[in-house]
Amino acid sequence: MRLLLLMVLSVCTFQAFAAIDTYEFVDDAARERFQHLTAELRCPKCQNQNLADSNSPIAEDLRREVYRMVEAGDTDETIVDFMVARYGEFVLYRPRLTGYTWVLWYGPFVLLGLGVIVVLMLGRRKKANKEMLNSASSSPDENDSAEHKARMNALLKTESSGNRLNKEAP
Amino acid sequence: MRRLFLFIPLAIFIALGVLFWQGLKLDPTELPTALLNKPVPTFSLPALGNKDEMLTQDSLKGKPALLNVWATWCPTCKEEHAQLNKISREEGVTIYGINYKDERASANDWLARYSNPYVVNIYDEAGSLGLDLGVYGAPETYVIDANGIIRYRHVGAVDQAVWEKLRTILQQVSEPKTVQGEAS
Repeated sequence: MRLLLLMVLSVCTFQAFAAIDTYEFVDDAARERFQHLTAELRCPKCQNQNLADSNSPIAEDLRREVYRMVEAGDTDETIVDFMVARYGEFVLYRPRLTGYTWVLWYGPFVLLGLGVIVVLMLGRRKKANKEMLNSASSSPDENDSAEHKARMNALLKTESSGNRLNKEAP
Repeated sequence: MRRLFLFIPLAIFIALGVLFWQGLKLDPTELPTALLNKPVPTFSLPALGNKDEMLTQDSLKGKPALLNVWATWCPTCKEEHAQLNKISREEGVTIYGINYKDERASANDWLARYSNPYVVNIYDEAGSLGLDLGVYGAPETYVIDANGIIRYRHVGAVDQAVWEKLRTILQQVSEPKTVQGEAS
C-alpha cells in the first residue's frame, strides 16, 4: 500500500507547473500588476495560452519585456499598447471595444433581449387565445342552456311516453 | 404568412451553419502582422558579417525586397534555405536577413556552408528588432517595398508555393514605385 502511494506520488511530481522564472519586484503592487498582465496577454506562438502559462521562447521574451516595463513604472495601458503595436489585437484575451468588436461584446445581450421579446409575444398571444376561447365557449353555453333544457325535457318526455306506449302494447 | 415565421429558426440555423463552415477553412495560426503598411521599426544593429558595420532601417530601403528572419537553431530555416538561395540566385530578388537570437560564429559558419542568399544580415542577438517587428517564431519572411514599408508577412518556411505568392506581392509593390521613381 505504501509502495503504491509512493509510486503515485512519484508520478505526480512530473507534473511540471507552467513557466517559472524568478523576477524580483519593487513591491507587491508591481508583482500583482505583472501577474495580472501576463495572465491577460496571450502568447502569439502558442495561441491558447497566456504569457504566464507558456514556456515558449517568445512568451519568455514577452514576460521579460512586461517585467521591464512594470519595473520602469509604465502604466498597464502603455504596456498593453506596446504589445498590441507589435503583435496585434490577437494578444488581448479581452478584446477591446471597437466598432469591429461591438458585436462580440453586446451581441449576446441583443440576442437575449430579442429572446425575451419573442417569449413575451408568444405568452401574450397564448393568453389572448385562451381568453377568446373562454369567451367563445361560455356565452353560447349560457345562451342555449334554456333551449338545451327544453330539448332534454322534450326528449325525456318522448322517451317516457314511448316507454308507456311500449308497456301498453303487449 | 404566419406559417413563414415557422421557418425563421431554420433560416438562422442555415446562416450559422454556413458561417461556421466557412470558419473551418480559416487558419487560426495565420496572424496578420500588426505592422502591415507601416515602416520597418527603427533599429541600429551590427551586421552579421562585420560587427563594426552598423545597420539601420534605412539600410533596407531602395528596392522592394524580402526580409527573412532566421537562426541556426531553427530547423525550418534550414528547410527553406535552399529556396531562398534559389530566389536570390535565379530571380535576382534582394533578400535581407535578420539573424534572430543567434550566435555570430555559428551563423557565419552556416552561411559559409549552405551559401548565402542575403544581401546583408542584421545581427539581432537580443531579439530586440524581432520584438519590434512582432516576430513570434523563426522563420518569418516579410515583403517590404522600396521605402521600407511592410507589405506582407509570411510565418513559416518559404517553399515554392509560398514563393509564388510572395512574388506576386513583390511585383505588386514594385509597380507603383517604378512609376513614382520615373516621375521624381
